[in-house]
Amino acid sequence: MILWIENLGRIGLSFCQSVGVSGLFLSRTVFRKPRLIRLFPLVIEQIYAVGVLSMVIIVLSGLFIGMVLALQGYNILERFGAVEQLGQLVALSVVRELGPVIGGLLFAGRAGSSLTAEIGLMQVTEQLTSMEMMAVDPLWRVISPRFWAGVISMPVLIAIFCMVAMFGSYLVGVEWLGVDAGQFWSNMQASVNFRIDVVNGLIKGLVFGIVVTWIAVYQGYYAVPTAAGIGRATTKTVVYGSLAILGLDFILTSVMLGGW
Amino acid sequence: MLNKRFIEILVGMFMLAGIIALFVLAFKVSGLNMYSSKGSYHVSAIFDNIGDLKVRAPVTIAGVRVGEVSDIGINATTFKATVGFRVDKNQDKLPADTTAKILTAGIIGANYIELIPGYDEVNLKDGDVIIDTQPAIILENLISQMIYKIGGDKKESN
Amino acid sequence: MLPAIFYEIIKNFLYYNNLTLMIIDEVFKLIFGQDFIQMTDNFVEISDLYFTRNDHWIFRDISLCIPRGKIVAIMGPSGSGKTTLLRLISAQLYPRRGQVLVNGTDIHSLNQTDLYKIRNSMGMLFQSGALFTNIDVFENVAFPLRERTKLPEDIIRSVVLMQLEAVGLRGARDLMPSELSGGMARRVALARALVLNPQLMMYDEPFTGQDPITMGVLVKLIRSLNDNLGLTSIIVSHDVAETMSIADYVYVIADTRIIGEGTPEQVLNDKSPMVAQFIHGLADGPVAFHYPANKYQEDLQL
Repeated sequence: MILWIENLGRIGLSFCQSVGVSGLFLSRTVFRKPRLIRLFPLVIEQIYAVGVLSMVIIVLSGLFIGMVLALQGYNILERFGAVEQLGQLVALSVVRELGPVIGGLLFAGRAGSSLTAEIGLMQVTEQLTSMEMMAVDPLWRVISPRFWAGVISMPVLIAIFCMVAMFGSYLVGVEWLGVDAGQFWSNMQASVNFRIDVVNGLIKGLVFGIVVTWIAVYQGYYAVPTAAGIGRATTKTVVYGSLAILGLDFILTSVMLGGW
Repeated sequence: MLNKRFIEILVGMFMLAGIIALFVLAFKVSGLNMYSSKGSYHVSAIFDNIGDLKVRAPVTIAGVRVGEVSDIGINATTFKATVGFRVDKNQDKLPADTTAKILTAGIIGANYIELIPGYDEVNLKDGDVIIDTQPAIILENLISQMIYKIGGDKKESN
Repeated sequence: MLPAIFYEIIKNFLYYNNLTLMIIDEVFKLIFGQDFIQMTDNFVEISDLYFTRNDHWIFRDISLCIPRGKIVAIMGPSGSGKTTLLRLISAQLYPRRGQVLVNGTDIHSLNQTDLYKIRNSMGMLFQSGALFTNIDVFENVAFPLRERTKLPEDIIRSVVLMQLEAVGLRGARDLMPSELSGGMARRVALARALVLNPQLMMYDEPFTGQDPITMGVLVKLIRSLNDNLGLTSIIVSHDVAETMSIADYVYVIADTRIIGEGTPEQVLNDKSPMVAQFIHGLADGPVAFHYPANKYQEDLQL
């Protein structure tokens, strides 16, 4: 029993410690002397690696999720004779929840894991140390552009995801199943509010982007410098990132529904 | 290793795609349209009960949308609801004795405001208040009234 | 007196890299006819250094000096903390106690900005080369120039090509690091470490895992760089023959302290059992082959 409590305490302490270390790490990454002219091209390069290369998976999954939602929604709404509400159903579920959450999970799997592996490998092969020996701060040169690229890319990816999902549901609902296009769009427009639904969805995306990228660069930077260590760090990025997204989604949703 | 210029172009296209997506979400999906203070004027109306009326609900004349609700508040002394709404600048010939009504789209649809123009020579202008209004019809009140009436009828017949 | 203060102010005000410093020195020499550089005899001075890792003593009371312009070798068996010593000198690690003076400054008392200024005068050759794998050889060598100076592109190009020529890899400038052999990677890393004209070069195991030809080339390169550029060099190695052939002074580290020092001849003829065992590669001696453990019989439960 005592042992059990002791273990619990140790886990709690190490958790607090890692939160503290990663928080310090984040603040040291973000609050740098602004050398924007130098940072900008580096961020562009990383947006390519983090954002543009994630486009394919985001567009494809957005398309399929929109199509599936339309199909499922149509089947259920048909029982109530309310198929003209299909647009509203798909739009609200995609813009409010599915877009940010699924987009975030895909981002953690695609971009987060590759960020962790890349930084971890740079750590193992002493590239970060040698950079430090050349009097170039790796936090500034390596971590900071990747962090900003992730933060910028995520809302963009989620906006694209939502748009493609709407297009997919339009294809299935209107072109295939024959819902009236006018009703599809006008019901959607009547129920979706830009400020409450779209902006809040993108805020969720921004928060997920910050958290996932933070976890990814932290895990990479502090990866145990062995092959197994990098493997574990990559796994941790995906697991912690996904859990953080789902947990934060609940918190953010409750805050947003609570009249925010 | 890709050409630097190529990467920059791709990133630019990526950001552009994001902005386009945002516009699509704003205008196609959420039907955002700008009733900015420039192209419209602000009128308010005082209601006994506004039911389920929400900010951004449509304001119509004869079923045609001419504006939207911009703010909802309550008067602290009279305990009546004050609803402010913006009306399109083109509709500047509304008589001052126009009345406002809160209606429901369909049986369970959303509430909206219908303006019924009067016959006054003077026109409504920015900042005017409409006092002659008809409150929202609350389904529960209607049902309870009906039950009361039916009960009363029965008593009388007894 | 006044010119000396003036010199200090200008030196601190201007961007601190070796090239500008040299120019400032020359200009002052021309104007005042007097040398203002305060030359300490020892580029690096380590005194009473204590260092622990995971509750193990790595160093206990180590003191050593690296004289300016000399090649000093630090030798010792694997795991004796030679690389750790280099990391302490470059302030990647911080000691428990004691101080490290680099060019007269206590390197562990500096903040990041000043530390980076000092590091501009240091170069380090890593065991693995540590080239950046996502950019080609040319960009690797150009990296410190692009990050730390504001030189125009054509000057960067000629400086980089000059450095690559010096290590004999000008033809390999378009290759990616993954296409290089181990020896070539180390030479590229050497070119990169030298591109900012450091005053102190640190070589971490430069000879390990090299074929005899590369080894010979490296030995010659290190010696000629040291003499031609006026560098101070620290070589960390356990390859006795090669290191002895170029070093001016040798320290032998084992068991958390310095067990022997002197010129290569003195060390080779050292009679103390630990040094002799290491230098001549004997299996039996005071330096244990076995990691500390309890009795073998007990472990086997006999």
